[in-house]
Amino acid sequence: MNAAGRRTTGVAAAVVLLAVMPLVASGFFVNFVLTRTLILGVAAASIVFLASYVGMVSLAQWLLVGVAAFTVGNCVAEAGKGLKLGLNPWLAVLIAVAISTLVAFVLGAIASRTTDIYFLMLTLTYAVIGYYVFGQVTSISGFGGITGVSPPGLFRGHPARLYYAALVASIAAYAVFRAVRRTPFGLTLEGIRDDPVRMSALGFNVPLHRTLAFTIAGAVASLAGVLNIWWNGQVDPTSINIGATLILLIVAVIGGINQLEGAWLGAFAYVAANNYLRSLPLIDRIGITEARFNTVVGVLVLLIVVASPNGIVGILTGTSGRLRLAAHPAPDLTTTDLSDTTKPPTNVPPTNMEETR
Amino acid sequence: MANRAGVDRRTLVAATPAALVLIWVGFLARGTSAGAAIDQPGRFVITILDGLTSAGLFFVVAAGFTLIFGLMRTVNMAHGSLFLLAAYLAVELQQRMVGKRRNIVPDDVDLLAWVVPLLGGSAVAAVAGLAIYLLLLRWNHGQELRQALITVALTVILADQMLARFGGLAESMTWPRAVSHFIEILGRRYATSRLFILAIAIVVGIALWLWLNRTRMGIVIRAGVADQAMVRALGINIGVVFAVTFFVGAFLAGMGGVMAASFAGVATGTDGQWLLNSLVVVIIGGLGSIKGAVAGSLLYGMVTAMAPAYLPQDYTVYSIIFTFVLLAVVLAVRPYGLFGRPE
Repeated sequence: MNAAGRRTTGVAAAVVLLAVMPLVASGFFVNFVLTRTLILGVAAASIVFLASYVGMVSLAQWLLVGVAAFTVGNCVAEAGKGLKLGLNPWLAVLIAVAISTLVAFVLGAIASRTTDIYFLMLTLTYAVIGYYVFGQVTSISGFGGITGVSPPGLFRGHPARLYYAALVASIAAYAVFRAVRRTPFGLTLEGIRDDPVRMSALGFNVPLHRTLAFTIAGAVASLAGVLNIWWNGQVDPTSINIGATLILLIVAVIGGINQLEGAWLGAFAYVAANNYLRSLPLIDRIGITEARFNTVVGVLVLLIVVASPNGIVGILTGTSGRLRLAAHPAPDLTTTDLSDTTKPPTNVPPTNMEETR
Repeated sequence: MANRAGVDRRTLVAATPAALVLIWVGFLARGTSAGAAIDQPGRFVITILDGLTSAGLFFVVAAGFTLIFGLMRTVNMAHGSLFLLAAYLAVELQQRMVGKRRNIVPDDVDLLAWVVPLLGGSAVAAVAGLAIYLLLLRWNHGQELRQALITVALTVILADQMLARFGGLAESMTWPRAVSHFIEILGRRYATSRLFILAIAIVVGIALWLWLNRTRMGIVIRAGVADQAMVRALGINIGVVFAVTFFVGAFLAGMGGVMAASFAGVATGTDGQWLLNSLVVVIIGGLGSIKGAVAGSLLYGMVTAMAPAYLPQDYTVYSIIFTFVLLAVVLAVRPYGLFGRPE
């Protein structure tokens, strides 16, 4: 069996396993671990898609999750803060996805000519500005947030219902991102990741392709937002602050930012650590308490990025020495000092540090 | 001709909003808290001064950020954490020097009880920055995104540890009595402490300019920004220069933190807010350029001061959106910022 076939089989097996989980696992595990994992995974997958296919590491994905959640909140809630439109929850989903996608299109268009680290910083700026917009503009939320939002009747009642909604959303996200790769559009994106100048010279509209990729990722991220507000029942600006934004990037990095599957693995690792770290024996003896959970996460991420930038997937597949985050082909991380590097086999003079490796 | 038409369109994109803002502020802004400039010239001057003094604070913090990036291509996401660390330490140091833990008033604070915490807090931030560089960033030089991720992880750790150590309540420094009074400008009171911030920023700017343009190390740094491989080939130990630059950049973050703690106080979350401020300034001005940091700080400072003052009173909550508009306009015209250059 070839690698792609093995990959598909593995994912299919994982889906079957996940589908029977509510029958065998405890309600707590399904509701608080697996459902959270799938929701976070969808959001993280949109980061992985942009990073691995287009070479753009986006920190705006959690903002787009938030935009969808706030839209659902404004549409559905009948009392409290926000617009209180009291619409049908299914209609609210459509509006939320549409608005998130539109926001993603506009943000993506503004960022489409920035690359690499500039793109990372610009999207982080989006995220923080978005936090203040929802915090300060009291007509759509305010810092108190929107409360009392319930999902449509179909997903109410037993927690397994929402779990299956999250599972379907995860499968859809995964399928969309895998399918995009096989289209001419997806191939163009990979070309742009590897050599934007050449693609531009070949006549491709590079900023437009980047914008559209960002828009697709935003549409998928909005699904996570809808699920998130259904799961939480409320949304407030604190849930989209800079900390939460960085956590989502961390989830993508823990899993391995080069493989779609890594998004869900990273989400599982994060959520499981969040739920179970406190119950490890003797953990409080070494000064780790629940309150210092973020320190533990930070240290873990630091260790992962220092040791293996490809995260869990990288460790599993033995590609831990390589990092393909940048738009440029992977630098070999085993050469650590700049002084013993050689110039790339090109007669173009190196214009930046990336090239002088 | 096509090229020229393109340039014209870009100028139009930048000039139209600027002209509209000037007309609005000058003549039309009658329903706003500040009023049109033609009716309320005093309020207009005060708002401009507010913008300038905010710009001063933005500049001190963002200059450190852009200095590090310009030379090393390292985006230090922990810049805000160093800012907050210095602020917390300076507040503690000032409390010890004054001998009171709460209700410190300017009369308790002589100049020394402000300057020593300023330098002490900033020095600790600088040493912490140097340690981050030596331990975590030296061996992976040039891997921009990996370095960004490492500093992101540090941000999470430092924020959590500072929350544990200093608590979640807002802390503030007290200005020394010498600068905490008011002067009169066009019939309005204005705090001298704000002008003091501006003065410090100007001193920092001049010192940076002298350092980069008039010293041997400054020459090496500028050469390193232009062509690092060549600097190495000339036999210059650029590693030392990197370490010094990181030290100075982190020191500036710390200074900004102490000044901000005196100006408005700091709390959990201020680190993220000031990382945002640094990012906005350098994205507007262009990463790695001190000139860009000046221009970016001025534009951003003006927008943050004028948006709340000159928006109609029911709409002042939307002032944050103008930060975004400023970013969008600048990026539409120059994707790498006003003084930035493409890779």
